[in-house]
Amino acid sequence: MSRSDSAAAQVREYREEPRSYYGQPVVKEPVWSWEIPWYFFTGGLGGASAGLAYLAERTGNEPLARRAWLIALAGVTVSPALLISDLGVPRRFSNMLRMVKITSPMSIGSWILVISGTTTVISAVHATTGLLPRLARLAKPAAALAGLPLSTYTAALISQTAVPIWHEARRELPLVFASGAAASAGAAATALTPTRHAGPARRLAVLGALGELAAVQLMEKRLGGLADPYHREGVERYTRAARVLTALGAVAIAGPARRDRRAAVAGGALVLAGAVCERWSVFKAGALSARDPAYTVGPQRERIRTRRGRGASRRGTPDAASRPL
Amino acid sequence: MSEPLEINVWPGSYGAAAKPRMGFFTDTSICIGCKACEVACKEWNQIPASPQQGFTGHSYDNTVDLGADTWRHVAFIEQRKPVGLDSAGGSLVDAAALHQLIDETGLGTYQEGDGLRWLMASDVCKHCTNAACLEVCPTGALFRTEFDTVVVQEDVCNGCGYCVPACPFGVLDQREEDGRVWKCTLCYDRLKDDKEPACAQACPTNSIQFGELTDLRERADRRLNKLTEAGAEHAQLYLAGDEDGIGGAGAFFLLLDEPEVYGLPPDPVDTTDDLGSIWGAAGIAAAALAGGLLAAFARGRP
Repeated sequence: MSRSDSAAAQVREYREEPRSYYGQPVVKEPVWSWEIPWYFFTGGLGGASAGLAYLAERTGNEPLARRAWLIALAGVTVSPALLISDLGVPRRFSNMLRMVKITSPMSIGSWILVISGTTTVISAVHATTGLLPRLARLAKPAAALAGLPLSTYTAALISQTAVPIWHEARRELPLVFASGAAASAGAAATALTPTRHAGPARRLAVLGALGELAAVQLMEKRLGGLADPYHREGVERYTRAARVLTALGAVAIAGPARRDRRAAVAGGALVLAGAVCERWSVFKAGALSARDPAYTVGPQRERIRTRRGRGASRRGTPDAASRPL
Repeated sequence: MSEPLEINVWPGSYGAAAKPRMGFFTDTSICIGCKACEVACKEWNQIPASPQQGFTGHSYDNTVDLGADTWRHVAFIEQRKPVGLDSAGGSLVDAAALHQLIDETGLGTYQEGDGLRWLMASDVCKHCTNAACLEVCPTGALFRTEFDTVVVQEDVCNGCGYCVPACPFGVLDQREEDGRVWKCTLCYDRLKDDKEPACAQACPTNSIQFGELTDLRERADRRLNKLTEAGAEHAQLYLAGDEDGIGGAGAFFLLLDEPEVYGLPPDPVDTTDDLGSIWGAAGIAAAALAGGLLAAFARGRP
């Protein structure tokens, strides 16, 4: 029996004899609202598009490069707007830049977003107007590089929480987000670029889509029974939609989209919708696993039983009571 | 698993200004569920009414859990135990008769030994040695005081909400009216004036004891051994050592049953212990993305 399977057995056992405080959650579910799963998507889209644009430019594919820079620009412009709007005190957004803190992926992410945002704006301005040529020579490779962690740090962010199925999937979640970012960037560029220039975008979209489907499978396999929230009511439809949309879109892009622009637009839209649903599936499943104390207590009990966790309780030694300390 | 990240904030960074580590020992075995701690905390810290306040149906609990507007929460647990069988050594016939009597007279609440036992416990922020909330806070609003307690600076917090799911005990929450995150400060203002926290001062049974952590731990050990000797078989100290997943806590508890019965996690961890694998995986995924991008251009044609 794998580690996660026996944790799942503990969840089941816990349900049979509920040991909880009136079924109240042990940990708090995130207070983040709709902006955050959308940000997971736009951050990945913007980040991977910068890389696509830079490589397109380097290989002399100007039509693809220009469009990809504009997609990247859209991604890194919408992203901070979503993040600031989700803050409890939006006018204090600049407090994010009071410090650089390695233990806080949100702190590191804020800096990544600043660097990626600035360099992408300069790159997009140059790609469309030819202005800022000197700055752009530095900004373009920097934007391409900063786009990589921009696409994956969000997975680190949610793994660094007490939400059981996020923390336990800390090795797989970044792969889900990275491949989703590749699929999104490829799909958006496929939809907007004339087919004869969109070859690399199509390949990126299909690679990303296949990677995303595989990464999600891997994550669920490693989680074992703890993957159950992905298939509970209210989450399942996002999980399934993500798979179906991504697979259909990838088929369209790999096939008819090579000649037919309409198929390219349809395939691109499907893959993008699939990537959005995947982020919502992760977001909703995490919240559900936090709400249900079984997912928190079950795996912790299992850790204690298998001595991988020390537990936080200590029993007394009766004879010691009479001895003076 | 990677090595835990050691950050010697207290007492190191305070130098001569560092104070002894202060904390709470909450001995739930003598809690009477009066909620004086909840009220005193609200009065002193001027906390608004708890959003969920009201009739919950969960025994006498009317605040449900810790949150932005509940910094002390008294839990009420009613446990049905086999009637008198194990403790009094009575026969099955006696037990059945007692059951029948209870049913006939319609007695719903009775004291320990009569088939039902009350557990009451005043929960609070644990002021962890390795506090995940503080480590994930991107603004530095959460900081460690000279008393080794963990406090939110309300003039810095921008309500990003990261600490809320990061806390392994579900202590912190966002206040809807102002968007910021609030929690127990261990009465930081009172500590600076050499006064004990409001909840500890108000507690009529001394279930909430305040003091230097080293003293409290000794006291707790004596109390635990006494209870264990008296036959309280499930009595346990919770978060009283340095060896647990959060490196010990400033606020620890004596419980009469397993932690989860009180809504507490049995093996809480500071997820920062896994920071190496978290960033490592993000780095590998970023490299894979770079590989995918390069592969998409591998054929080299536009």
